[in-house]
Amino acid sequence: MPSFTKLTAIAAPLPLANVDTDKIIPARFLKTIARSGLGKNLFDTLRFNPDGSENPDFVLNREPYRHAQILLAHENFGCGSSREHAPWSLLDFGITCVIATSFADIFYNNCFKNFILPVTLSREQVDALMGDAANGANARLSIDLERQVVVRPSGEEFAFEIDPFRKHLLLNGLDDIGQTLQHATAIDAFEKKREAQQSWIPKVVV
Amino acid sequence: MRTLFDKIWDSHVVEKLPDGTCILYIDRHLVHEVTSPQAFEGLRLAGRKMRRTDATIAVVDHNIPTSDRKAGIAEPESRLQIETLEKNVKEFGVPYFPVLDPRQGIVHVVGPEQGISLPGFTIVCGDSHTSTHGAMGALAFGIGTSEVEHVLATQTLLQKPARNMLVRVDGTLPLGVTAKDVILAIIGKIGTNGGTGHVIEFAGEAIRSLDMAGRLTVCNMAIEAGARAGLIAPDETTFAYIKGRPFAPQGEAFDHAVAYWRTLASDEGAHYDKIVVLNAADIAPMVTWGTNPESVAPITGVVPDPADVADPAARVQMERMLSYMDLQPGQKLDQVPIDVVFIGSCTNARIEDLRAAAAIAAGRHVAPGVRALVVPGSGLIKAQAEAEGIARTLMNAGFEWREAGCSMCLGMNPDKLTPGQRCASTSNRNFEGRQGPGGRTHLLSPAMAAAAAVAGRLVDVREYL
Ligand code: SF4
Repeated sequence: MPSFTKLTAIAAPLPLANVDTDKIIPARFLKTIARSGLGKNLFDTLRFNPDGSENPDFVLNREPYRHAQILLAHENFGCGSSREHAPWSLLDFGITCVIATSFADIFYNNCFKNFILPVTLSREQVDALMGDAANGANARLSIDLERQVVVRPSGEEFAFEIDPFRKHLLLNGLDDIGQTLQHATAIDAFEKKREAQQSWIPKVVV
Repeated sequence: MRTLFDKIWDSHVVEKLPDGTCILYIDRHLVHEVTSPQAFEGLRLAGRKMRRTDATIAVVDHNIPTSDRKAGIAEPESRLQIETLEKNVKEFGVPYFPVLDPRQGIVHVVGPEQGISLPGFTIVCGDSHTSTHGAMGALAFGIGTSEVEHVLATQTLLQKPARNMLVRVDGTLPLGVTAKDVILAIIGKIGTNGGTGHVIEFAGEAIRSLDMAGRLTVCNMAIEAGARAGLIAPDETTFAYIKGRPFAPQGEAFDHAVAYWRTLASDEGAHYDKIVVLNAADIAPMVTWGTNPESVAPITGVVPDPADVADPAARVQMERMLSYMDLQPGQKLDQVPIDVVFIGSCTNARIEDLRAAAAIAAGRHVAPGVRALVVPGSGLIKAQAEAEGIARTLMNAGFEWREAGCSMCLGMNPDKLTPGQRCASTSNRNFEGRQGPGGRTHLLSPAMAAAAAVAGRLVDVREYL
């Protein structure tokens, strides 16, 4: 099982707000029945020209950002669809941490399920990191999940918040279905009580 | 004193973990072909069983062509995804409405239509527009594929409660203004992340007076305001809608259910973390001009000018939107010519929506050079529209009449925009490339879409009333 503890890597600046899931991975690539292989279509319409050639202006087509493992963006990152293909495509490309000023709820949730760490910082902090990222390979950012800090190349640290339960799952590489199944007797009891008190609830049978 | 959201939440908490995360029980799980294959595969790999098939329903909607289906599905990847769902429902014993079943349709249309989505329930689906079902008075939200797997295996989710937000629309809606205009106006006001972290309860006279179709439209787009879910308290309109639906409680059970559902409304004086109030009288027919749903204006308005935007990042974004949409600052919205009209999607493909479109189309004709599609939300709606003569009216006016599915709402099936085409669409997302690479989308109501088809440009539907 993968986990997320520490990461020191190149960060790619994508100074856009409202980066929606159709931008991250357009709908036409959702026809797969696998989780892997989506990296080649990550940000497809931004990354490639209509004739299939690379758009040299797009950050992930430039050195050293082709090797980025951290992505920096502005507010409401991942808005739109619930498609987990969005984090899958990031992961398949190699990105395991997204730092933004805010995230859409479902995308934020989906990140954790794939051991991608979404970090929320203030606009000022994100802009400072984008400045660092502009220095390319000379400026690696570090993320220490245990201590909940992003470390700039200068050594300055930005602290971030994270839900303790999610942090625990990430650090230890725990599968949350397994975690929930440890509470199976509580689920059994809940179902029994519900059936007794709300006997009107129909069953779906076709 | 608790809100509707608090009450539904509290009654579904199986266990609260030490850090406040809750194991939340799920009453209904809706499954479709795009977001489920990897979840079933995960279950299989881990050797896990499905906990409850009798709380689950599966349909296909995103991939299927909306032309004649008897010939099967030509596109190999779409076919594989559909065949994979069919294999999975069979292996795990999940109730399923097959492609040729008249009950097949868009998952968010099918749930309420069949009485599967009921008040007080928690309802999830691997699709963000699950917020639609909140119109039934249910806590309904979209989840990712890993969570789909979590629900299949445990019938629960790990969640923390959302914050409460109230959006109240006071007064009566003016003539020609519909539920779609209301929700677009709300998103225009609060923005695409105005509801992030919150569940929005829609209330007020204008919401109360909407029929169920209108309420479903409003809650459908709660996600476009970033909300986790949208909610409308169940009332007589809701109960009358549910009564007699195939999967709803029947007879005495129905009466028990109604008695319970009546207790769900938010208590007087319950606390909301955020309150927004709109006046119905101020809302006009709306249309989007940009590439997110908050980029919206009354049809009587003009395309905004990036030069008026102070924040440099926001200015750049607006410039990019206008260049993608090929619009000029100051251009009058009701002069924008269109190539395609799409009436459909889980936002606006119910019988009431089709009636509204047909009322405008009757005795008129689609403008030369415009392609106009009408795609019912389910096979049953299609049959009803045919029985009512609506289909005939639309076809006589030059609209294409199709089989039920997601169709041109997203570019996953054969109904797509070609690059540069401009579409007046009753769907819910106008993101770049949403309806096909390079396609340009203007979101609006079914009546506005029908009027645009006739005029060959965006137009104020009130000129046609
Ligand atoms: S109609 Fe559109 S928004 Fe609705 S479920 Fe289908 S693709 Fe999603």
